[in-house]
Amino acid sequence: MERRRSLPDVLAGMIFVLIGGAFVAGSLGYELGTPLRMGPGAFPLLVGAIVAALGLAIVVKGLVAGEVISFGPIPWRAVVLIVAALLFFGFTVRGLGFVVTSAVTALLTTLASSRVRPLTAVAVAAGLTVAATLIFVVGLQLRIPLWGPWLGL
Amino acid sequence: MEFFDNLALGFSTALLVQNVVYCFVGVLLGTMVGVLPGIGPTATVAMLLPITFNFEPVTALIMLAGIYYGAQYGGSTTAILINLPGESSAAVTALDGHEMARQGRAGPALAAAAIGSFIAGTVATVVLAVAAPPLARVALKFGPAEYFSLVLLGLIVSIALARGSALKALAMIALGVLLGTVGQDIYTGTPRFVFDRRELYGGIDFVSVAVGMFGVAEILRNLENEQARTAIVSRVKNLWPTREDRRRIVGPILRGTGLGAGLGILPGGGHVLASFTSYAVEKRVSKRQQEFGRGAIEGVAGPESANNAAAQTSFIPLLTLGLPAHPVMALMVGAFIVHGITPGPNVITDEPALFWGLIASMWIGNVLLVVLNLPLIGLWVRMLRIPYQVLFPMIVLFAAIGTYSLGFNAYDVYAIVFFGILGYILIKCGCEPAPLLLGFVLGPLLEENLRRALIISRGDASVFLTRPISAALLALAVAALVVAALPAIRKRREIVFTEED
Repeated sequence: MERRRSLPDVLAGMIFVLIGGAFVAGSLGYELGTPLRMGPGAFPLLVGAIVAALGLAIVVKGLVAGEVISFGPIPWRAVVLIVAALLFFGFTVRGLGFVVTSAVTALLTTLASSRVRPLTAVAVAAGLTVAATLIFVVGLQLRIPLWGPWLGL
Repeated sequence: MEFFDNLALGFSTALLVQNVVYCFVGVLLGTMVGVLPGIGPTATVAMLLPITFNFEPVTALIMLAGIYYGAQYGGSTTAILINLPGESSAAVTALDGHEMARQGRAGPALAAAAIGSFIAGTVATVVLAVAAPPLARVALKFGPAEYFSLVLLGLIVSIALARGSALKALAMIALGVLLGTVGQDIYTGTPRFVFDRRELYGGIDFVSVAVGMFGVAEILRNLENEQARTAIVSRVKNLWPTREDRRRIVGPILRGTGLGAGLGILPGGGHVLASFTSYAVEKRVSKRQQEFGRGAIEGVAGPESANNAAAQTSFIPLLTLGLPAHPVMALMVGAFIVHGITPGPNVITDEPALFWGLIASMWIGNVLLVVLNLPLIGLWVRMLRIPYQVLFPMIVLFAAIGTYSLGFNAYDVYAIVFFGILGYILIKCGCEPAPLLLGFVLGPLLEENLRRALIISRGDASVFLTRPISAALLALAVAALVVAALPAIRKRREIVFTEED
């Protein structure tokens, strides 16, 4: 495998440094304690430092002799729509109830594919909503109301 | 004859009607997701986990285990028929299996895989039944220091599960451990990293992590390049291998079974390693080396037996030590905990019916798999025509519903988004998600035992080195780390893993 400067390596390393560093900073706000009685902050501090250090090593290695990985395209449409679908689900499932929330979530997700035709998307979403209702609410007796209070029914 | 009493108890549990039914459902679903590319057993188990919370614990675990080894099985079918391994461990099967299919010998290839898997599964179930009780007895003597070292060893060995850079795998493990600290501290109750949100006090649910990293991230990967899936599959005829074939597969099956059963026991080691090792061994010992890669039946029978045996024996560290060797098992740890059972050496004595029932169900599951796979091969092939445009919205929707139903907490759904995006970026950068999930599940165990060991030793950190078992485990962990980092070995691993592309 060819090794040279690698942007994905640097990016991955920076993510590790960032998250590790954030946890280190956060854990300093908690009691660290003594080795005998470690406080709540001690373990995250230790592990956060390890993550940040490993991230730094990955960045350095990525600049000198990284793995050559092709990053490839990003399907922005899918990213946006799937994120929107999941956030919508979490935000409205209580208020709109199972059926409406599932239908909208399914429709948004189906549209994430760039090859789907609108009519097909609607059909797939409808089918999935019926299937999900039958499986989860009728079959498994999940305690989520079918219709939520926001609908004013 | 304690052994036979135990097995009798196991079979009497596993043969209860509802257990057989859910074992069947498990292997059926497992085969299905093994056949379908784009959805793996980890995402499936994560989605179905909430559903199993209403079941009896043993039924739930039987079904989840069925999904796991069913998927190993289903993956080989597509590997042989359309050169598309549904599971990474089946990649090596595609080398010779698909070549056989192109020569019109798909039938014998499928049969060799099925027979090999069945024999391996049977032997490995016996190995599991024999080896687990003594190991559990040893593990019962473990104190917090030993447990800490053992978990650390398990995590470091799991680097072997990841492709690519050992450094990144290590960072993923540590990141998983770190994210596992979110939520209330076990000793003081202090909420950590919760941004004042009461919903986060219980920590991040591991189902969200699994669904995000293995479900959503994988879907985004697949949507990068959408192509119509064209499965051109030749008809399968003459399922039964010829006498010559039968003679040729005996050795590979037995060697593969032995190798797989051995490698599967390593905590964090795995079925992928087992199938690649078996292929390498068969190629070396064979008198017909030039046939490998051109449709040698040995290259199908050996690795298939190895990966099935390993799938079976990798339950040993889970059942005796509470250490998951595969992301699916990390989810099963969660299933144990939800049912109020701490996975570990106590399971065997406290819940004998569950322990032996689960083991016996694996043998029954293997029988069901043979029955399910060979005659129904046409059905599985037809399933490949399900368009991905229907499949992926189903995964997202069911994942959202399932995760939400865990605790009726919308934050569990938001966590899927976070881990989906994080996982997607990291996977694109060449980091494998499996070590992160293992670290996430084992992290709290690591912290708890570290702190408890230090309390017992009055703050003396040398306790990990002065207690012999702990020191030995740590030495092994260091050795594993050195081995993973050594360039020579890394290069060989790369060769092994690139063969699958």
